[in-house]
Amino acid sequence: MRKTFANIVVLLALLLALLLPALPMRAAAQEAPEQTTAVQAGREQEGTGQKGAVQEGDLDIKQLVLGHLGDSYEWHITSTGNGEWSIPLPVIIHSPTSGWHCFSSARLREGAEYEGLRIAAQGDHAGKIVERQADGSDLRPLDLSLTKTAAALLLNSVVVLCLVLGTARWYRRHKATERAPKGFVALFEMLVSGILDSVIKPCVGPNYRKFAPYLLTAFFFIFVNNLMGLIPFFPGGANVTGNIAVTFILALATFLAVNLFGTKHYWKDILWPDVPVWLKAFPLMPLIELVGIFTKPFALMIRLFANMMAGHAVILSLTCVIFATVGMGAAVNGSMSAVSVLFSIFMYCLELLVAFLQAYVFTMLSAVFIGLAQERPGKHAAEGPADNH
Amino acid sequence: MGLLQPESGLLFWMTLAFGVVFIVLARYGFPIIVKAIESRKEYIDSSLDAAREAEQKCATLEARSREIVNEAEVRRNEILREADNERKQILSDARQKAESEGECLLEKARRQAESERAAILDDAKHEIATLAVAITERMLREELRDRDAQTQLASRLMEELDPKNRKTWTPD
Repeated sequence: MRKTFANIVVLLALLLALLLPALPMRAAAQEAPEQTTAVQAGREQEGTGQKGAVQEGDLDIKQLVLGHLGDSYEWHITSTGNGEWSIPLPVIIHSPTSGWHCFSSARLREGAEYEGLRIAAQGDHAGKIVERQADGSDLRPLDLSLTKTAAALLLNSVVVLCLVLGTARWYRRHKATERAPKGFVALFEMLVSGILDSVIKPCVGPNYRKFAPYLLTAFFFIFVNNLMGLIPFFPGGANVTGNIAVTFILALATFLAVNLFGTKHYWKDILWPDVPVWLKAFPLMPLIELVGIFTKPFALMIRLFANMMAGHAVILSLTCVIFATVGMGAAVNGSMSAVSVLFSIFMYCLELLVAFLQAYVFTMLSAVFIGLAQERPGKHAAEGPADNH
Repeated sequence: MGLLQPESGLLFWMTLAFGVVFIVLARYGFPIIVKAIESRKEYIDSSLDAAREAEQKCATLEARSREIVNEAEVRRNEILREADNERKQILSDARQKAESEGECLLEKARRQAESERAAILDDAKHEIATLAVAITERMLREELRDRDAQTQLASRLMEELDPKNRKTWTPD
Protein backbone atom coordinates (compact mmCIF):
# COMPACT_ATOMS: atom_id res chain seq x y z
CA MET A 1 0.00 0.00 0.00
CA ARG A 2 2.76 2.39 0.99
CA LYS A 3 4.64 1.39 -2.09
CA THR A 4 1.70 2.19 -4.30
CA PHE A 5 1.36 5.53 -2.57
CA ALA A 6 5.04 6.27 -3.12
CA ASN A 7 4.60 5.32 -6.77
CA ILE A 8 1.73 7.73 -7.12
CA VAL A 9 3.67 10.54 -5.46
CA VAL A 10 6.62 9.94 -7.75
CA LEU A 11 4.27 9.88 -10.68
CA LEU A 12 2.69 13.17 -9.69
CA ALA A 13 6.11 14.78 -9.25
CA LEU A 14 7.07 13.45 -12.65
CA LEU A 15 3.92 14.82 -14.20
CA LEU A 16 4.56 18.25 -12.73
CA ALA A 17 8.16 18.18 -13.87
CA LEU A 18 7.15 17.19 -17.36
CA LEU A 19 4.51 19.84 -17.53
CA LEU A 20 7.09 22.50 -16.71
CA PRO A 21 8.32 22.84 -20.30
CA ALA A 22 4.72 23.46 -21.28
CA LEU A 23 4.55 26.65 -19.22
CA PRO A 24 6.25 28.91 -21.74
CA MET A 25 4.05 27.26 -24.35
CA ARG A 26 0.95 28.28 -22.52
CA ALA A 27 2.26 31.83 -22.56
CA ALA A 28 2.77 31.50 -26.28
CA ALA A 29 -0.70 30.08 -26.71
CA GLN A 30 -2.16 32.98 -24.81
CA GLU A 31 -0.54 35.28 -27.26
CA ALA A 32 -2.30 33.48 -30.03
CA PRO A 33 -5.68 35.30 -29.99
CA GLU A 34 -4.19 38.75 -30.05
CA GLN A 35 -1.91 37.48 -32.78
CA THR A 36 -4.77 36.19 -34.90
CA THR A 37 -6.48 39.49 -34.55
CA ALA A 38 -3.30 41.11 -35.75
CA VAL A 39 -3.33 38.79 -38.74
CA GLN A 40 -6.92 39.59 -39.41
CA ALA A 41 -6.22 43.27 -39.18
CA GLY A 42 -3.34 42.86 -41.57
CA ARG A 43 -5.49 40.92 -43.93
CA GLU A 44 -8.22 43.49 -43.81
CA GLN A 45 -5.75 46.18 -44.71
CA GLU A 46 -3.88 44.34 -47.41
CA GLY A 47 -6.61 42.10 -48.68
CA THR A 48 -4.19 39.43 -49.90
CA GLY A 49 -2.85 38.18 -46.57
CA GLN A 50 0.55 36.66 -46.15
CA LYS A 51 1.78 37.06 -49.68
CA GLY A 52 1.21 40.77 -49.65
CA ALA A 53 3.04 41.04 -46.38
CA VAL A 54 6.05 39.18 -47.74
CA GLN A 55 6.13 41.25 -50.89
CA GLU A 56 6.20 44.44 -48.94
CA GLY A 57 9.20 43.15 -46.94
CA ASP A 58 7.19 43.45 -43.75
CA LEU A 59 7.52 39.96 -42.33
CA ASP A 60 4.74 38.87 -40.02
CA ILE A 61 6.67 36.42 -37.90
CA LYS A 62 3.82 35.44 -35.65
CA GLN A 63 1.67 34.61 -38.62
CA LEU A 64 4.48 32.68 -40.24
CA VAL A 65 5.15 30.60 -37.14
CA LEU A 66 1.47 30.00 -36.45
CA GLY A 67 0.88 29.19 -40.10
CA HIS A 68 3.46 26.43 -39.78
CA LEU A 69 2.17 25.18 -36.46
CA GLY A 70 -1.37 25.05 -37.81
CA ASP A 71 -2.58 23.13 -40.78
CA SER A 72 -2.95 23.97 -44.46
CA TYR A 73 -4.66 22.55 -47.51
CA GLU A 74 -1.47 22.35 -49.52
CA TRP A 75 2.03 21.31 -48.67
CA HIS A 76 4.23 24.31 -49.14
CA ILE A 77 7.76 23.35 -50.14
CA THR A 78 9.57 26.57 -50.92
CA SER A 79 9.25 29.97 -52.54
CA THR A 80 11.43 30.95 -55.44
CA GLY A 81 11.53 33.98 -57.67
CA ASN A 82 9.04 32.28 -59.97
CA GLY A 83 6.49 31.82 -57.23
CA GLU A 84 5.42 29.34 -54.62
CA TRP A 85 6.28 25.68 -54.85
CA SER A 86 3.68 23.65 -53.13
CA ILE A 87 1.98 20.28 -53.51
CA PRO A 88 -1.80 20.52 -53.81
CA LEU A 89 -3.59 18.01 -51.61
CA PRO A 90 -7.06 16.52 -52.02
CA VAL A 91 -9.97 18.37 -50.47
CA ILE A 92 -12.78 16.11 -49.24
CA ILE A 93 -15.86 17.87 -47.98
CA HIS A 94 -19.30 16.73 -46.98
CA SER A 95 -21.75 19.55 -46.86
CA PRO A 96 -25.24 19.09 -45.47
CA THR A 97 -26.66 21.09 -48.35
CA SER A 98 -24.62 20.07 -51.38
CA GLY A 99 -23.29 16.60 -50.40
CA TRP A 100 -19.78 15.31 -51.10
CA HIS A 101 -17.08 17.36 -52.77
CA CYS A 102 -13.68 16.03 -53.73
CA PHE A 103 -11.13 18.08 -55.66
CA SER A 104 -7.57 19.34 -55.61
CA SER A 105 -6.76 22.16 -53.27
CA ALA A 106 -5.07 23.95 -56.19
CA ARG A 107 -8.53 25.16 -57.15
CA LEU A 108 -8.82 27.15 -53.95
CA ARG A 109 -5.51 28.99 -54.30
CA GLU A 110 -5.45 32.69 -53.52
CA GLY A 111 -9.00 32.82 -52.22
CA ALA A 112 -10.62 31.30 -55.32
CA GLU A 113 -14.04 29.77 -54.91
CA TYR A 114 -14.89 26.33 -56.26
CA GLU A 115 -18.26 24.56 -56.08
CA GLY A 116 -19.36 27.17 -53.57
CA LEU A 117 -16.39 26.40 -51.28
CA ARG A 118 -13.50 28.71 -50.42
CA ILE A 119 -10.85 29.14 -47.76
CA ALA A 120 -12.11 31.71 -45.31
CA ALA A 121 -9.79 34.71 -44.99
CA GLN A 122 -11.28 35.91 -41.74
CA GLY A 123 -13.90 35.17 -39.16
CA ASP A 124 -14.19 32.20 -36.86
CA HIS A 125 -13.00 29.77 -39.52
CA ALA A 126 -10.05 31.76 -40.86
CA GLY A 127 -7.81 29.50 -42.93
CA LYS A 128 -10.42 26.76 -43.15
CA ILE A 129 -12.75 25.81 -45.98
CA VAL A 130 -16.26 27.26 -45.64
CA GLU A 131 -19.33 27.04 -47.82
CA ARG A 132 -21.27 30.11 -48.77
CA GLN A 133 -24.91 29.63 -47.90
CA ALA A 134 -27.92 31.00 -49.70
CA ASP A 135 -28.35 33.70 -47.09
CA GLY A 136 -24.75 34.87 -47.57
CA SER A 137 -23.44 33.41 -44.29
CA ASP A 138 -20.52 30.99 -44.14
CA LEU A 139 -20.98 27.41 -42.97
CA ARG A 140 -18.16 25.10 -42.00
CA PRO A 141 -18.94 21.74 -43.61
CA LEU A 142 -17.60 18.35 -42.48
CA ASP A 143 -14.01 18.63 -43.60
CA LEU A 144 -12.17 15.34 -44.16
CA SER A 145 -9.56 16.93 -46.43
CA LEU A 146 -6.16 15.36 -46.58
CA THR A 147 -4.38 18.39 -45.19
CA LYS A 148 -0.65 18.86 -44.82
CA THR A 149 -0.65 17.34 -41.33
CA ALA A 150 -2.83 14.43 -42.43
CA ALA A 151 -0.62 13.77 -45.43
CA ALA A 152 2.49 13.88 -43.27
CA LEU A 153 0.74 11.60 -40.83
CA LEU A 154 0.05 9.04 -43.53
CA LEU A 155 3.58 9.33 -44.86
CA ASN A 156 5.06 8.84 -41.40
CA SER A 157 2.71 5.91 -40.78
CA VAL A 158 4.06 4.29 -43.92
CA VAL A 159 7.60 4.92 -42.62
CA VAL A 160 6.73 3.28 -39.28
CA LEU A 161 5.14 0.33 -41.04
CA CYS A 162 8.19 -0.11 -43.26
CA LEU A 163 10.58 0.09 -40.31
CA VAL A 164 8.75 -2.40 -38.14
CA LEU A 165 7.63 -4.80 -40.84
CA GLY A 166 11.11 -4.75 -42.35
CA THR A 167 12.57 -5.72 -39.02
CA ALA A 168 9.88 -8.33 -38.44
CA ARG A 169 10.67 -9.77 -41.87
CA TRP A 170 14.28 -10.26 -40.87
CA TYR A 171 13.17 -12.13 -37.76
CA ARG A 172 10.77 -14.25 -39.75
CA ARG A 173 13.62 -15.28 -42.02
CA HIS A 174 16.18 -15.92 -39.31
CA LYS A 175 16.09 -18.06 -36.25
CA ALA A 176 16.43 -16.06 -33.10
CA THR A 177 18.95 -18.55 -31.77
CA GLU A 178 21.25 -18.10 -34.74
CA ARG A 179 23.30 -14.97 -35.15
CA ALA A 180 22.39 -11.54 -33.86
CA PRO A 181 21.23 -9.06 -36.52
CA LYS A 182 23.47 -6.33 -37.84
CA GLY A 183 22.96 -2.80 -39.03
CA PHE A 184 19.52 -1.32 -39.02
CA VAL A 185 17.76 -4.37 -37.59
CA ALA A 186 20.23 -4.40 -34.70
CA LEU A 187 19.53 -0.74 -34.00
CA PHE A 188 15.84 -1.39 -34.08
CA GLU A 189 16.19 -4.41 -31.84
CA MET A 190 18.17 -2.33 -29.38
CA LEU A 191 15.36 0.24 -29.24
CA VAL A 192 12.66 -2.40 -28.93
CA SER A 193 14.41 -4.40 -26.24
CA GLY A 194 15.34 -1.20 -24.42
CA ILE A 195 11.73 -0.05 -24.29
CA LEU A 196 10.57 -3.57 -23.51
CA ASP A 197 12.99 -4.15 -20.65
CA SER A 198 13.20 -0.71 -19.10
CA VAL A 199 9.63 0.50 -19.59
CA ILE A 200 7.06 -2.10 -20.47
CA LYS A 201 8.09 -5.04 -18.30
CA PRO A 202 8.62 -3.14 -15.04
CA CYS A 203 5.66 -0.78 -15.52
CA VAL A 204 2.97 -3.11 -16.84
CA GLY A 205 3.85 -6.16 -14.78
CA PRO A 206 3.42 -9.84 -15.55
CA ASN A 207 0.73 -9.21 -18.16
CA TYR A 208 3.06 -7.14 -20.32
CA ARG A 209 2.89 -9.32 -23.44
CA LYS A 210 -0.69 -8.30 -24.04
CA PHE A 211 0.13 -4.59 -24.06
CA ALA A 212 3.63 -4.63 -25.56
CA PRO A 213 2.39 -4.25 -29.18
CA TYR A 214 0.31 -1.18 -28.35
CA LEU A 215 3.01 0.50 -26.29
CA LEU A 216 5.72 -0.23 -28.84
CA THR A 217 3.47 1.01 -31.64
CA ALA A 218 2.78 4.20 -29.71
CA PHE A 219 6.49 4.71 -29.05
CA PHE A 220 7.63 4.25 -32.62
CA PHE A 221 4.68 6.16 -34.02
CA ILE A 222 5.44 9.18 -31.85
CA PHE A 223 9.20 8.86 -32.26
CA VAL A 224 9.07 8.70 -36.06
CA ASN A 225 6.59 11.55 -36.26
CA ASN A 226 8.74 13.66 -33.93
CA LEU A 227 11.88 12.99 -35.93
CA MET A 228 10.19 13.55 -39.29
CA GLY A 229 8.93 16.85 -37.94
CA LEU A 230 12.53 17.91 -37.31
CA ILE A 231 13.59 17.41 -40.92
CA PRO A 232 13.38 20.96 -42.23
CA PHE A 233 12.42 20.22 -45.86
CA PHE A 234 9.70 18.49 -47.80
CA PRO A 235 9.03 14.91 -46.70
CA GLY A 236 9.36 16.04 -43.11
CA GLY A 237 8.87 19.33 -41.39
CA ALA A 238 5.18 18.95 -40.68
CA ASN A 239 4.11 19.65 -37.15
CA VAL A 240 2.29 16.33 -36.65
CA THR A 241 2.79 15.43 -32.98
CA GLY A 242 2.43 19.11 -32.15
CA ASN A 243 -1.15 18.92 -33.29
CA ILE A 244 -3.77 18.46 -30.63
CA ALA A 245 -5.94 16.12 -32.73
CA VAL A 246 -3.05 13.69 -33.15
CA THR A 247 -2.12 13.66 -29.48
CA PHE A 248 -5.80 13.45 -28.61
CA ILE A 249 -6.19 10.18 -30.49
CA LEU A 250 -3.00 8.83 -28.94
CA ALA A 251 -4.20 9.73 -25.47
CA LEU A 252 -7.59 8.24 -26.28
CA ALA A 253 -5.91 4.99 -27.27
CA THR A 254 -4.10 4.89 -23.93
CA PHE A 255 -7.35 5.75 -22.16
CA LEU A 256 -9.06 2.82 -23.86
CA ALA A 257 -6.15 0.48 -23.16
CA VAL A 258 -6.21 1.42 -19.49
CA ASN A 259 -9.91 1.30 -18.88
CA LEU A 260 -11.12 -1.44 -21.21
CA PHE A 261 -8.63 -3.93 -19.78
CA GLY A 262 -8.72 -2.69 -16.20
CA THR A 263 -9.18 -5.40 -13.59
CA LYS A 264 -12.01 -5.63 -11.11
CA HIS A 265 -9.56 -4.55 -8.45
CA TYR A 266 -8.76 -1.38 -10.43
CA TRP A 267 -12.42 -0.38 -10.61
CA LYS A 268 -12.92 -1.22 -6.97
CA ASP A 269 -9.97 1.02 -6.10
CA ILE A 270 -11.65 3.85 -7.99
CA LEU A 271 -15.23 3.44 -6.83
CA TRP A 272 -14.68 2.09 -3.32
CA PRO A 273 -11.03 2.77 -2.36
CA ASP A 274 -9.36 1.67 0.86
CA VAL A 275 -9.99 4.89 2.78
CA PRO A 276 -12.15 5.71 5.80
CA VAL A 277 -15.82 5.27 5.04
CA TRP A 278 -16.72 8.94 5.55
CA LEU A 279 -14.40 9.76 2.66
CA LYS A 280 -16.26 7.54 0.24
CA ALA A 281 -19.82 7.55 1.60
CA PHE A 282 -19.88 11.23 0.72
CA PRO A 283 -18.28 10.35 -2.61
CA LEU A 284 -15.23 12.57 -2.42
CA MET A 285 -12.57 9.96 -3.12
CA PRO A 286 -14.50 8.18 -5.86
CA LEU A 287 -15.09 11.54 -7.48
CA ILE A 288 -11.42 12.42 -7.39
CA GLU A 289 -10.52 9.01 -8.73
CA LEU A 290 -13.08 9.30 -11.52
CA VAL A 291 -11.68 12.67 -12.52
CA GLY A 292 -8.24 11.08 -12.37
CA ILE A 293 -9.26 8.58 -15.02
CA PHE A 294 -9.64 11.47 -17.45
CA THR A 295 -6.87 13.75 -16.28
CA LYS A 296 -4.17 11.14 -16.79
CA PRO A 297 -4.66 10.77 -20.57
CA PHE A 298 -5.43 14.49 -20.78
CA ALA A 299 -2.00 15.23 -19.34
CA LEU A 300 -0.50 12.82 -21.86
CA MET A 301 -2.24 14.67 -24.67
CA ILE A 302 -1.23 18.15 -23.54
CA ARG A 303 2.35 17.20 -22.72
CA LEU A 304 3.18 15.75 -26.10
CA PHE A 305 1.32 18.46 -27.97
CA ALA A 306 2.85 21.33 -26.04
CA ASN A 307 6.39 19.99 -26.13
CA MET A 308 6.45 19.34 -29.83
CA MET A 309 4.67 22.53 -30.74
CA ALA A 310 7.01 24.52 -28.53
CA GLY A 311 10.03 22.99 -30.21
CA HIS A 312 8.75 23.86 -33.67
CA ALA A 313 7.77 27.36 -32.56
CA VAL A 314 11.17 28.07 -30.99
CA ILE A 315 13.15 26.80 -33.97
CA LEU A 316 10.99 28.76 -36.42
CA SER A 317 11.21 31.90 -34.32
CA LEU A 318 14.99 31.59 -34.16
CA THR A 319 15.12 31.21 -37.93
CA CYS A 320 12.86 34.22 -38.34
CA VAL A 321 15.32 36.33 -36.37
CA ILE A 322 17.46 36.45 -39.51
CA PHE A 323 14.64 37.90 -41.61
CA ALA A 324 13.31 40.14 -38.88
CA THR A 325 16.66 41.91 -38.55
CA VAL A 326 17.16 42.54 -42.26
CA GLY A 327 16.11 46.15 -41.93
CA MET A 328 18.55 46.90 -39.10
CA GLY A 329 21.70 47.09 -41.19
CA ALA A 330 24.35 44.62 -42.25
CA ALA A 331 26.20 44.48 -38.91
CA VAL A 332 23.17 43.72 -36.79
CA ASN A 333 21.70 41.39 -39.36
CA GLY A 334 24.99 39.50 -39.75
CA SER A 335 25.62 39.08 -36.06
CA MET A 336 22.01 38.18 -35.39
CA SER A 337 22.17 35.62 -38.19
CA ALA A 338 25.15 34.01 -36.52
CA VAL A 339 23.34 34.01 -33.19
CA SER A 340 20.26 32.57 -34.85
CA VAL A 341 22.19 29.75 -36.49
CA LEU A 342 24.02 28.89 -33.28
CA PHE A 343 20.83 28.86 -31.27
CA SER A 344 19.05 26.86 -33.96
CA ILE A 345 21.80 24.22 -33.82
CA PHE A 346 21.43 24.09 -30.07
CA MET A 347 17.65 23.85 -30.35
CA TYR A 348 17.89 21.11 -32.95
CA CYS A 349 20.11 19.08 -30.63
CA LEU A 350 17.65 19.68 -27.82
CA GLU A 351 14.71 18.77 -30.04
CA LEU A 352 16.39 15.52 -31.06
CA LEU A 353 16.55 14.70 -27.38
CA VAL A 354 12.99 15.86 -26.84
CA ALA A 355 11.76 13.81 -29.81
CA PHE A 356 13.03 10.68 -28.13
CA LEU A 357 12.16 11.78 -24.63
CA GLN A 358 8.55 12.62 -25.38
CA ALA A 359 7.98 9.32 -27.15
CA TYR A 360 9.64 7.59 -24.22
CA VAL A 361 7.64 9.51 -21.63
CA PHE A 362 4.37 8.91 -23.41
CA THR A 363 5.12 5.19 -23.60
CA MET A 364 6.32 5.01 -20.03
CA LEU A 365 3.32 6.83 -18.58
CA SER A 366 0.93 4.79 -20.69
CA ALA A 367 2.67 1.67 -19.40
CA VAL A 368 2.41 2.92 -15.82
CA PHE A 369 -1.29 3.70 -16.19
CA ILE A 370 -1.93 0.32 -17.79
CA GLY A 371 0.10 -1.35 -15.06
CA LEU A 372 -1.89 0.40 -12.35
CA ALA A 373 -5.09 -0.85 -13.97
CA GLN A 374 -3.69 -4.38 -14.07
CA GLU A 375 -3.14 -4.64 -10.35
CA ARG A 376 -4.62 -7.65 -8.63
CA PRO A 377 -5.51 -8.00 -4.96
CA GLY A 378 -3.22 -11.01 -4.69
CA LYS A 379 -0.26 -8.84 -5.54
CA HIS A 380 -1.18 -6.43 -2.79
CA ALA A 381 -1.40 -9.22 -0.24
CA ALA A 382 2.03 -10.41 -1.30
CA GLU A 383 3.43 -6.93 -0.95
CA GLY A 384 1.81 -6.25 2.41
CA PRO A 385 4.16 -8.08 4.77
CA ALA A 386 7.21 -6.80 2.92
CA ASP A 387 6.05 -3.23 3.43
CA ASN A 388 5.89 -3.63 7.18
CA HIS A 389 9.62 -4.06 7.48
CA MET B 1 -7.35 29.25 -30.06
CA GLY B 2 -7.17 27.37 -33.33
CA LEU B 3 -4.21 25.32 -32.16
CA LEU B 4 -6.03 23.89 -29.17
CA GLN B 5 -9.10 22.86 -31.14
CA PRO B 6 -8.87 19.41 -32.73
CA GLU B 7 -9.99 19.39 -36.36
CA SER B 8 -12.54 16.72 -37.23
CA GLY B 9 -10.73 15.88 -40.46
CA LEU B 10 -7.44 15.36 -38.68
CA LEU B 11 -9.15 13.30 -36.00
CA PHE B 12 -10.49 11.07 -38.74
CA TRP B 13 -7.15 10.69 -40.49
CA MET B 14 -5.29 10.15 -37.26
CA THR B 15 -7.76 7.49 -36.13
CA LEU B 16 -7.43 5.80 -39.49
CA ALA B 17 -3.63 6.04 -39.66
CA PHE B 18 -2.94 5.07 -36.08
CA GLY B 19 -5.60 2.35 -36.14
CA VAL B 20 -4.18 0.76 -39.28
CA VAL B 21 -0.61 1.06 -38.04
CA PHE B 22 -1.54 -0.44 -34.70
CA ILE B 23 -3.55 -3.33 -36.13
CA VAL B 24 -0.92 -4.21 -38.71
CA LEU B 25 1.97 -3.92 -36.28
CA ALA B 26 0.16 -5.72 -33.47
CA ARG B 27 -0.53 -8.57 -35.86
CA TYR B 28 2.51 -8.82 -38.10
CA GLY B 29 5.14 -6.63 -36.48
CA PHE B 30 5.87 -6.48 -32.82
CA PRO B 31 4.80 -9.94 -31.58
CA ILE B 32 7.37 -11.50 -33.92
CA ILE B 33 10.10 -9.08 -32.87
CA VAL B 34 9.31 -9.38 -29.17
CA LYS B 35 9.17 -13.14 -29.37
CA ALA B 36 12.44 -13.30 -31.27
CA ILE B 37 14.17 -10.96 -28.87
CA GLU B 38 12.93 -12.87 -25.86
CA SER B 39 13.79 -16.25 -27.25
CA ARG B 40 17.26 -15.00 -28.10
CA LYS B 41 17.57 -13.61 -24.60
CA GLU B 42 16.48 -16.93 -23.16
CA TYR B 43 18.92 -18.73 -25.42
CA ILE B 44 21.74 -16.46 -24.36
CA ASP B 45 20.83 -16.88 -20.72
CA SER B 46 20.66 -20.66 -20.98
CA SER B 47 23.92 -20.72 -22.94
CA LEU B 48 25.56 -18.62 -20.27
CA ASP B 49 24.23 -20.94 -17.61
CA ALA B 50 25.48 -23.96 -19.52
CA ALA B 51 28.86 -22.34 -19.99
CA ARG B 52 29.07 -21.49 -16.32
CA GLU B 53 28.11 -25.04 -15.42
CA ALA B 54 30.67 -26.47 -17.82
CA GLU B 55 33.29 -24.18 -16.40
CA GLN B 56 32.42 -25.32 -12.91
CA LYS B 57 32.53 -28.95 -13.96
CA CYS B 58 35.86 -28.33 -15.64
CA ALA B 59 37.18 -26.69 -12.48
CA THR B 60 36.05 -29.58 -10.31
CA LEU B 61 37.54 -32.05 -12.77
CA GLU B 62 40.79 -30.19 -12.75
CA ALA B 63 40.78 -30.07 -8.98
CA ARG B 64 40.02 -33.78 -8.91
CA SER B 65 42.84 -34.59 -11.30
CA ARG B 66 45.21 -32.42 -9.32
CA GLU B 67 44.08 -34.24 -6.22
CA ILE B 68 44.71 -37.57 -7.90
CA VAL B 69 48.16 -36.46 -9.01
CA ASN B 70 48.92 -35.24 -5.51
CA GLU B 71 47.69 -38.46 -4.02
CA ALA B 72 49.80 -40.45 -6.45
CA GLU B 73 52.80 -38.36 -5.61
CA VAL B 74 52.28 -38.87 -1.91
CA ARG B 75 51.85 -42.56 -2.51
CA ARG B 76 54.98 -42.73 -4.60
CA ASN B 77 56.96 -40.92 -1.95
CA GLU B 78 55.60 -43.28 0.62
CA ILE B 79 56.50 -46.28 -1.45
CA LEU B 80 59.95 -44.90 -2.07
CA ARG B 81 60.43 -44.20 1.56
CA GLU B 82 59.19 -47.62 2.48
CA ALA B 83 61.50 -49.21 -0.04
CA ASP B 84 64.37 -47.20 1.28
CA ASN B 85 63.55 -48.20 4.80
CA GLU B 86 63.27 -51.78 3.79
CA ARG B 87 66.53 -51.64 1.97
CA LYS B 88 68.17 -50.13 4.98
CA GLN B 89 66.52 -52.71 7.17
CA ILE B 90 67.64 -55.52 4.93
CA LEU B 91 71.14 -54.13 4.78
CA SER B 92 71.37 -53.69 8.49
CA ASP B 93 69.83 -57.11 9.05
CA ALA B 94 72.28 -58.63 6.66
CA ARG B 95 75.12 -56.78 8.25
CA GLN B 96 74.00 -57.84 11.68
CA LYS B 97 73.59 -61.38 10.57
CA ALA B 98 76.93 -61.34 8.87
CA GLU B 99 78.52 -59.84 11.91
CA SER B 100 76.98 -62.31 14.28
CA GLU B 101 77.81 -65.14 11.95
CA GLY B 102 81.34 -63.90 11.54
CA GLU B 103 81.63 -63.60 15.27
CA CYS B 104 80.28 -67.06 15.64
CA LEU B 105 82.77 -68.33 13.11
CA LEU B 106 85.56 -66.44 14.77
CA GLU B 107 84.51 -67.82 18.12
CA LYS B 108 84.41 -71.27 16.71
CA ALA B 109 87.75 -70.79 15.05
CA ARG B 110 89.16 -69.36 18.20
CA ARG B 111 87.81 -72.16 20.23
CA GLN B 112 89.10 -74.63 17.74
CA ALA B 113 92.43 -72.95 17.69
CA GLU B 114 92.40 -72.95 21.45
CA SER B 115 91.53 -76.56 21.64
CA GLU B 116 94.06 -77.32 18.91
CA ARG B 117 96.65 -75.36 20.74
CA ALA B 118 95.76 -77.17 23.94
CA ALA B 119 95.97 -80.48 22.08
CA ILE B 120 99.24 -79.43 20.55
CA LEU B 121 100.50 -78.39 23.94
CA ASP B 122 99.27 -81.65 25.38
CA ASP B 123 100.94 -83.49 22.62
CA ALA B 124 104.06 -81.47 23.08
CA LYS B 125 103.95 -82.02 26.80
CA HIS B 126 103.35 -85.66 26.26
CA GLU B 127 106.14 -85.81 23.71
CA ILE B 128 108.42 -83.86 25.97
CA ALA B 129 107.51 -86.08 28.87
CA THR B 130 108.09 -89.19 26.80
CA LEU B 131 111.31 -87.65 25.50
CA ALA B 132 112.28 -86.69 28.98
CA VAL B 133 111.46 -90.14 30.28
CA ALA B 134 113.35 -91.71 27.40
CA ILE B 135 116.32 -89.42 27.82
CA THR B 136 116.18 -89.84 31.52
CA GLU B 137 115.95 -93.56 31.07
CA ARG B 138 118.96 -93.48 28.74
CA MET B 139 120.80 -91.08 30.92
CA LEU B 140 119.92 -93.12 33.99
CA ARG B 141 120.95 -96.22 32.22
CA GLU B 142 124.35 -94.61 31.32
CA GLU B 143 124.95 -92.82 34.53
CA LEU B 144 123.87 -95.36 37.14
CA ARG B 145 126.57 -97.85 36.34
CA ASP B 146 128.63 -96.69 39.27
CA ARG B 147 127.73 -95.80 42.75
CA ASP B 148 129.36 -92.40 42.87
CA ALA B 149 127.76 -91.13 39.92
CA GLN B 150 124.46 -92.26 41.30
CA THR B 151 124.78 -90.40 44.48
CA GLN B 152 126.32 -87.41 42.66
CA LEU B 153 123.31 -87.25 40.45
CA ALA B 154 120.88 -87.79 43.23
CA SER B 155 122.33 -84.90 45.14
CA ARG B 156 122.49 -82.74 42.12
CA LEU B 157 118.89 -83.50 41.42
CA MET B 158 118.00 -82.84 44.93
CA GLU B 159 119.73 -79.54 44.65
CA GLU B 160 118.02 -78.72 41.54
CA LEU B 161 114.67 -79.68 42.92
CA ASP B 162 115.16 -77.47 45.84
CA PRO B 163 112.63 -74.64 45.56
CA LYS B 164 115.37 -72.08 46.19
CA ASN B 165 117.23 -73.13 43.11
CA ARG B 166 114.41 -73.77 40.87
CA LYS B 167 115.07 -71.28 38.14
CA THR B 168 115.89 -72.92 35.02
CA TRP B 169 113.66 -75.80 34.67
CA THR B 170 110.25 -76.84 35.92
CA PRO B 171 108.98 -80.30 35.29
CA ASP B 172 105.35 -79.22 35.30
